[in-house]
Amino acid sequence: MTAATARDAQPDAPKPVRVISFSHRLSRWDLKLSPYLYISPFFIMFAIVGIFPIVYTAVISFQDWDLVRNSGTFVGFDQYIWILTQPHFWTALRNTFSIFLLSSVPQLIFALFIASVLDRNIRAKTFWRMAVLLPFVVAPVAVGLIFNVVFADNFGLVNGMLTDIGLPAIQWHKDPFWSHVAIATMVNYRWTGYNTLILLAAMQAVNREYYEAATVDGAGPIRQFFSITLPSLKPTLIFVIITSTIGGLQIFDEPRVFDQFGRGGAGQQWLTISLYLYDVGWGQWNFGRAAAMAWILFIIILGIGLINLIVTRSLVRDEGLRTELSKREKRRAVAEAKATAAAKAAAAAKAKEVTR
Amino acid sequence: MKTRAFRKSAIAVAAVSVSALALAGCTSGGTPSESDGPVTLTLATFNDFGYTDELLAEFTAETGIEVVHNKAATSNDARANFFQKLGKTGLADVEAVEIDWFAEALQYADLLAPVPDDLKGRWLDWKEAAATDGAGNLIAYGTDIGPQGICYRSDLFAAAGLPTDRADVAALFPTWDDFFTVGAQYTAATGKPFIDSANAVLQGILNQEEFTYEEPDGTIIATENPVVEEAYNTVVDKAIPISAYAGQWSEDWFASLASGEFATMLCPGWMLGVISGNAPETTGWDIANAFPGGGGNWGGSYLVVPANGANVEAAQKLADWLTSPDTQIKAFENAGTFPSQVDALSNDVLLSATNEYFNNAPTGEILTERAAAVTVSPFKGPKYFQFHDALQNAVTRVFDGLEDKTTSWNNWVTEVSAF
Repeated sequence: MTAATARDAQPDAPKPVRVISFSHRLSRWDLKLSPYLYISPFFIMFAIVGIFPIVYTAVISFQDWDLVRNSGTFVGFDQYIWILTQPHFWTALRNTFSIFLLSSVPQLIFALFIASVLDRNIRAKTFWRMAVLLPFVVAPVAVGLIFNVVFADNFGLVNGMLTDIGLPAIQWHKDPFWSHVAIATMVNYRWTGYNTLILLAAMQAVNREYYEAATVDGAGPIRQFFSITLPSLKPTLIFVIITSTIGGLQIFDEPRVFDQFGRGGAGQQWLTISLYLYDVGWGQWNFGRAAAMAWILFIIILGIGLINLIVTRSLVRDEGLRTELSKREKRRAVAEAKATAAAKAAAAAKAKEVTR
Repeated sequence: MKTRAFRKSAIAVAAVSVSALALAGCTSGGTPSESDGPVTLTLATFNDFGYTDELLAEFTAETGIEVVHNKAATSNDARANFFQKLGKTGLADVEAVEIDWFAEALQYADLLAPVPDDLKGRWLDWKEAAATDGAGNLIAYGTDIGPQGICYRSDLFAAAGLPTDRADVAALFPTWDDFFTVGAQYTAATGKPFIDSANAVLQGILNQEEFTYEEPDGTIIATENPVVEEAYNTVVDKAIPISAYAGQWSEDWFASLASGEFATMLCPGWMLGVISGNAPETTGWDIANAFPGGGGNWGGSYLVVPANGANVEAAQKLADWLTSPDTQIKAFENAGTFPSQVDALSNDVLLSATNEYFNNAPTGEILTERAAAVTVSPFKGPKYFQFHDALQNAVTRVFDGLEDKTTSWNNWVTEVSAF
């Protein structure tokens, strides 16, 4: 500071001083600015690939946008209104949630089961763990193509077996429920192994002494699973649930390749939100509407994320910091402490009285 | 010192990679120096246009211009790429456009370089009419067309007591009503579906109408147009009972194609390759020189030259050369793309072409006659695809038993009113 003001006061100061003051200044800038510079790559990247597309989508969603000419006319909330009044949109919403539930719930149950089996002392551990992850390596579109052969209506593998044992064939591409089952199966095929590995990692972090103690106490493997493993997995389970929620609500590849047209079926049996978004955007070249739909999807996921967060908070105390207490417990602890303190004080007073 | 050296080298690396990117950008976009005469042109097509490397080498030998050929896998990929880059940068000097989304491209006719006037008259009238913009400019070079005949299984026809000779079969189908009557007879006799797909029939009927969903001035007539409702009713009442599937190209459809589940298909020239390619073991396919209700065209493509390209003049030369009758005949020999050029239709190579798989049928002659029978050029507005897709869905819903005829129609009306 002083150097700078001194130089300002004497503009014709000797050169060396100037150089020193400049390097001083540099080093001060270094001190103040460098930290920001060091962390800036993340923020710059985030601004480019995170903030900008979101804001730009919002801008487009209020316009009647012409992709080729890169221009649009402002139409206010018209695009949002159009989407919310489309019966297709509500069908798509129903399908998305239906497929999400049909995939996530069995997926987690299977993943838990497989992980607990792999957590046991078995031969060729690494082989089994790798084998579980194998379907995840297959590209979703490839999975779709394979399962199309399995779930074809007339000459499919499953229907072939069903008719062989005298059962009626299932109309995979006609009945909404069964189409959701078929799509959920593709999702489960791919993601069960991935979730298994995450849950397995969490299971291995559980202190083995608990199990030893439980065994000594006479608890069987099933009791041990429900009383030790499952409660210890809560934070991991919540992570897995949140990621599969986001993935489930954005489901696209599997319904896209479920039939030859990729537009969700003639009666929109398996049209999902992102599939509808894609069709409006890249099928009809209506980017205003597609952008509006992207924002609606964003808000839906945000809403469900918030619900997840609330559920998380009540289930797990402050995400993994298990020593920290919840508000109610804090209050109770404080009350207890006060009570014991009061009791001690009373006892001390009594003791005093007694000694007197 | 070390860090400074590292920084310097990092900057150098960055500079080199940036200039490398710039260079890469140049080569893919074509050299910008118009005056020196361009060295390389880019050509983007999809599926198989029959433009082999040898064919393009002939152009290079004639003009000294190198051609880089990029092929997209499907027409849909090409469509996405085309509209994302049109009016900006990154399109090839010559781009292929399919008839299905040509109307969308026609909206941006000002961004495409028009075809020189002296080339007008090279193509069939209706092929040219469909590529002319509001100002009367021809904006695209026609490549191939899809005149339709009727493909049939002579062995299955014989089993059902129908004639099997090509000429006799052709005499069976002068009108759609006759077609449905024969179909009903076949289905009654064999208990099997007659035709592959109900929606193929729908497009066959609607492609014979000049105005279906939209009028050239942009008026939407889809829901009031009696032609559309009539076609829908006909297809639902008469085509669905004799169809194996609602739509084409499904797993089941391909399986049936090979197993002989159905006896006929509406057959544009390019369908011949689809049939022989997917049912190589099947015998008995033949093609009749007939189409119910006159002629019908299904598919076909154009080449366009983006107006903001770096080498518009040379690109026009290439598009001109590729769509010249002689080149188109060579492309036909390579890939079976049936020419849309008037002169090519009288070419001996085309007329003498036969197809061994289809019982040695004179396919060139048959398809040439089918092309001559096409009289109507259906007007397809920018939303044609949406309307037609939704109507096909309506037919599919009835076919699948999801909705009855009236409900499905009403749902279609509601759906398209929101477009």
